Formats: sequence, C-alpha cells, structure tokens
Amino acid sequence: MSGEEFVPLSLTPLLIGTFAAIACALPGNFLVLRKQALIGDAISHVVLPGIVVAFLITGTISTWPMMLGAAGAAVVAVVLIEAIRRLGQIEPGAAMGVVFTTMFAVGVLLLEQTDTSTVHLDVEHALYGNLESLIWLDATGWSSLLDTEALSGLPPELPRIALTLVGVSLFTWLFWRPLKISTFDEGFARTVGIRTGVLGMALVITAAIAAVAAFDAVGSIIVIAMFICPPAAARMLTNRLEAQIAWSVVFAIASAVSGYVLAGYGPLWLGGADAVSAAGMIATMSGLILAAAAMFGPCRARIGVRTSG
Amino acid sequence: MLWDALTLQLGYNATLVAIGATLLGVSAGVTGTFLFLRKRALVSDAISHATLPGVCLAFMVLVALGGDGRNLLGLLAGSAISAWIGLLCMNWLTRHTRLAEDAAIGAVLSVFFGFGIVLLTVIQTMGVGRQAGLEGFLLGSTAGMLWADAMIIAVGGAATLLLVMIIRRPMILVAFDPEYAAARGLPVHRIDLAMMGLVMAVTVVGLKIVGLILIVALLIIPAVTARFWSERSDHVVLLAGLAGGLAGYIGAAISASAPNLPTGPIIVLVSFAFFVVSLFLAPIRGVLAAVLRHLRFQRRVHIRQGLLALAQGQKIYEPLTLRLLRRAGLVRADGVATDIGKARAAKALRDEKRWEIVRADQAHEATAALYDGLRDIETVLTRDQIAEIDRRIGGPMGVPG
Repeated sequence: MSGEEFVPLSLTPLLIGTFAAIACALPGNFLVLRKQALIGDAISHVVLPGIVVAFLITGTISTWPMMLGAAGAAVVAVVLIEAIRRLGQIEPGAAMGVVFTTMFAVGVLLLEQTDTSTVHLDVEHALYGNLESLIWLDATGWSSLLDTEALSGLPPELPRIALTLVGVSLFTWLFWRPLKISTFDEGFARTVGIRTGVLGMALVITAAIAAVAAFDAVGSIIVIAMFICPPAAARMLTNRLEAQIAWSVVFAIASAVSGYVLAGYGPLWLGGADAVSAAGMIATMSGLILAAAAMFGPCRARIGVRTSG
Repeated sequence: MLWDALTLQLGYNATLVAIGATLLGVSAGVTGTFLFLRKRALVSDAISHATLPGVCLAFMVLVALGGDGRNLLGLLAGSAISAWIGLLCMNWLTRHTRLAEDAAIGAVLSVFFGFGIVLLTVIQTMGVGRQAGLEGFLLGSTAGMLWADAMIIAVGGAATLLLVMIIRRPMILVAFDPEYAAARGLPVHRIDLAMMGLVMAVTVVGLKIVGLILIVALLIIPAVTARFWSERSDHVVLLAGLAGGLAGYIGAAISASAPNLPTGPIIVLVSFAFFVVSLFLAPIRGVLAAVLRHLRFQRRVHIRQGLLALAQGQKIYEPLTLRLLRRAGLVRADGVATDIGKARAAKALRDEKRWEIVRADQAHEATAALYDGLRDIETVLTRDQIAEIDRRIGGPMGVPG
C-alpha cells in the first residue's frame, strides 16, 4: 500500500484507535485488579444523557460542550452510585446497575423527545463511534507529516486523544507507588499514609476522562473492551504489575491495529465489497486475545495467585 | 389521555403493548430478584449484550434461507443461543481463570457486543431491505407490535414465571448461603446456571419491548426496590414482581399517551421512580426512617445528658439540650429545672448509680452488656432486683430532690 493512500485514509484512524486503546487499558489494569472493571461500562452508558443535554444547551455539535457534558454526566453517575450505595445499603453492583440503566434511559428519552435525528447525533454513532471517518484529507503522502499546512487539517480527535493518553500515562507514572500499594494492600497503604479514598477517586476520574475522550472518537464499545480485555489478558501472563501493564499496552496496540486492518481489508480478502465496523472489530480482536491468554497463559489459574508473586 | 391509556382505551395496539409490558415487568422483577440476592445483578448486563451477535446471525441465516429475516421467533432463538454461549464463557472465565466476576462480565459484554456490531455492519451492506427492525433490538421498539409478537412475549413470560415458581426454594437457598446449600447436597453450580437461564429467557423475551440495554434495568431495579420493604425473601420476590409489573403497565400507558415517548425508557424511568420512593420512604430501611431514628436517638441522648447535668447542679450550655428539656417541660425558660425536671433528674442520676452497681457485679454480666447510657433500668431488671440494688446504694440520700 502506498503512502498516498495509507496516510490520508488509514494513518489517523489507526493512531486514534491505538491511542484510545492504550489510554483505556492503562487505568483498566488497576480497575480490573480492584474489582471495579465495570466502571468503564457504567461510564460509557451514562455519557449519553450528558452529550444530549450538552447539545440541548448549546444547540451545536461542537466538541468541548459535549466532552464537558459527558464528563459531567460521568461525575453525576459516580456520585449517584455512591449515594445510593450508602443511603440504601445496597451492594455496589446493583447500585451501579440502577444508576447507569436509568441515566441511559434518560439519554434515549431526551434523544427521542428533541428530534435530534436531524443532526448527526444518534445512538448508533455513540455506540460504534466513527473511527473510519476520522480521515486526514489534507495529506498527500508520508511527506505531509512534515508539512505544517497539511498538519493543521488533522482530525481534532487525534491531538485530543494523544493529550489524554499523555495525561493518563503521567498519572500512572506519578502515582505509581501509591497506586500499586493501595491496589494490592489497601490496609497497608493506609498505614503508610496513603490517602486511599482520594487516590481511588482520582483513579476513577482518570478512567472517566480516558473513557470520555475515547468515546468521542471511537464509540463506547472500544472503551468498555479496552478497559477490561487487554489488562485481563495481561493478567494471565504474569504476576508482576510492571509486566502486566507492559503486556496490556502491547495487547491494546495489537487489538487496535489488527482490528482496524481486519475491519477495513478483511471483507475485501473474503470477497466482500464494504468494510465492517472498526470499533466492533477491535473489540472482537481484544476478545480473541483474551481467549488465547485465558487458555494458554502461564499464570491463568487462580492457584498461581497464592504460590508466586 | 393518560387515563384512557391506563384503562386500556387507546385501541388494540396500545392494549397489546400494555399487557406485554406488564407481563414482562412481572417476570423480570421476579427473576431479577434471585440474581440480586445472589449479588450478581450485573450478570444480566453481560447476558443482554451477548444477545446481539445471535440476533444478527439469526437474521443472516433467515435471509439466506429466503425469508425476510424478521421472524421474531427465529431472532429470539438466535439471541438465546448466543446469550447462552456468552454465559458459559463468563462462567468458564470465573471458574477456571483468576479473573474476578466483574472482569469476566465486562469482557463477555464488550466482546460479544463488539462482534454483534461487526455483524450489524455486515448486514447493512448485505443490501437486504427491512433490517430496520433489527436496530430496534438495541433500544427496543414496540410501535409495530403484532398479535404474534405479543403472544410470544406472553407465553415466554408465563413460562419463565412458572419455572421460577418451581425452583424458587433451591434458588433462594443458594442465593443466601451457597456453602450451606452445597453442604446440604444441592447442585449449586447447576442451580446457578438454571437461574442464569431464566434471566436469559427474560432478557430474550424483553428485547423486543425495551431493547437489550434497558432490559438490565427491569431485572435490577424492581428487585432493589422490593428489598427495601421486606426482610423475607418470598415477600421480596412478590414485591419485585409487583413493582416490575406496575412499572411495565404504567410505563406503557404513559408512552402510549403522547408521541415521542419511547416505551423502554419510560418503563425504566417509572421503575426508577418507584425505587426513589422506596429509598426514601420505606419503613426501617428507608432514608427517612433512618433519619427519624437518628433524631429520636439524638433527642434521648441530649435529654438524658441534660437530666444528669441538672441532677449534679451543672449549668447546661448546649442549646439543643436546653431546647429539648424546655419543650419537654423539664426546665423553665431561664434554665432552672421545674419540679418534674428535678424529679426526673434525680431518677436519672439514681438509675445511673444503679447501672454502675449492675455493671460492677459479675452476676449481672448479661444485663450489664445492655447498658448504653439510655436504656431505662426498669426495662432490664425486675422490681425486686432494683430494690436489692437500692438496698446496697442505701437509698437516694445525697441526691437533691
């Protein structure tokens, strides 16, 4: 494939997909270990009302209001879940289920009520994302990467998700020790003076930011899959957190790249004419990787948890 | 308009939807309760998402066989098969790998749903018309409900309910105490799978009305709602069925009464309204009851402390204590004890002394454990015992009043 074709059409979606995958997989490692894996699922459902409300207030499909709306909805959901859990003394899973389904219902209702189908804002878009359409039309080939004029035509999702990835990596790097200690032994973490409550909240907020940024670019399916599948697969391969995170990044990249390529070219190889959903394919690939790790990973069994590491 | 809808006067189609939604609500509420009591509420999320690839594959098979692909029974069969496969994957992941249940739920949910979306895009490019009905499975669509669809939902819902009634005893036992159930020789794993099978059946039946994401709400919210009102599991099951059925009925009626009110979300919101009411107003477990309990406790503590202070001739500075004492007629506005106040204060101090004796006495160990600074001593000791203690104190001598 030549640069003239690859750079404008495939380079940016590939990069965006990959960055989104890594940005979700990094906090996902801690969430999976802390048994909070479904936070990603909850967040990706509740951002729908946030986006719709943001649209209703501003009346435009611009990015920043929508990101703010989505982030606001995520915060509302986290607070509501916590409030319901404490006030009603309900187990966290059920509290989460009550909140995210209700907020999703509000989102769908608002969509139907306001006839937003006239604009480009619909549930399908929110679910599958529009990774394929994030093309870089100004590019003519590899040389465009050095051309400032062409670079200004980059899809804005790319710098945004890149920035998010930097932020998430920075959070992981800066709070590495406290995160690690409090994830494995919360009691010990508290005795050495780590404020585990604040740290746990910060982790959830970081995850929410990653989810919202990725959601904007690639849809909610990738978000949920990348929060869980690469870290879960990595967990089957090693008992060391450092290695687990490294593996999860590798798996995230592998899912994003292979999923995108298969979605774009797979049908052509099979004799079909049209591409299939890239977001769905990336999620599928991450599932296949997880399945392989669950069947052959050296540390897949529960027993390994106690004997080593 | 709404009244017409509630009394099923809005015509044939609206009546069908209302009946279907009510039946679905009842069976989802009842089935979801077992899931909730087993602390696995979110498993329903994985099951519902896992139906998507099955729906799509069934559609493709139906088209390949020459149909128009919209045969509801065929689509439901497909969704049931893929949901079951998803369930088995989840079960396998939690049993045979180190993954926790929530990670297994999330993995199955996202991967199956992702694959389903891949298949959806394949169908969109297949060039077969009328795949529009398929999108309804995502968010639910009842506008075009036919008599046959309603029958499938009614029969499916009734069959699920019947099965629940038959195996409810072992399911409740497993939900509350799996170890005890295993010790009694119950096949816990198989009962769990049966429970999941029922949830899957409700999910599949409900797909058409509320869609695959919102069916989770109907499985979780009525159960959580019912839990506020009773401590008995069989009552919780019945109440959840009632809450679910009412939500389905009222939701369908509201949705039929005005345009642009999609049935699924409205049912979920009605259900949530029941939940909020229960959260605040339920006796014992509700927030309001808890607040009242706390206030009553606070009042007793303040009055007790105030009385002790009065008895020992100390001045009371705490404004709440003063206010409470004044309202009870125990002190005058200037903070001086009334006659009743003096008497009560003397008794409070004497009781405190009596408690001291009781707590120092080995023979009263069990009674002493009841001491919390508030309990009246008459409620735990007999008149004779109190008289015996008073003999030891030597009567209320040094106490004023």
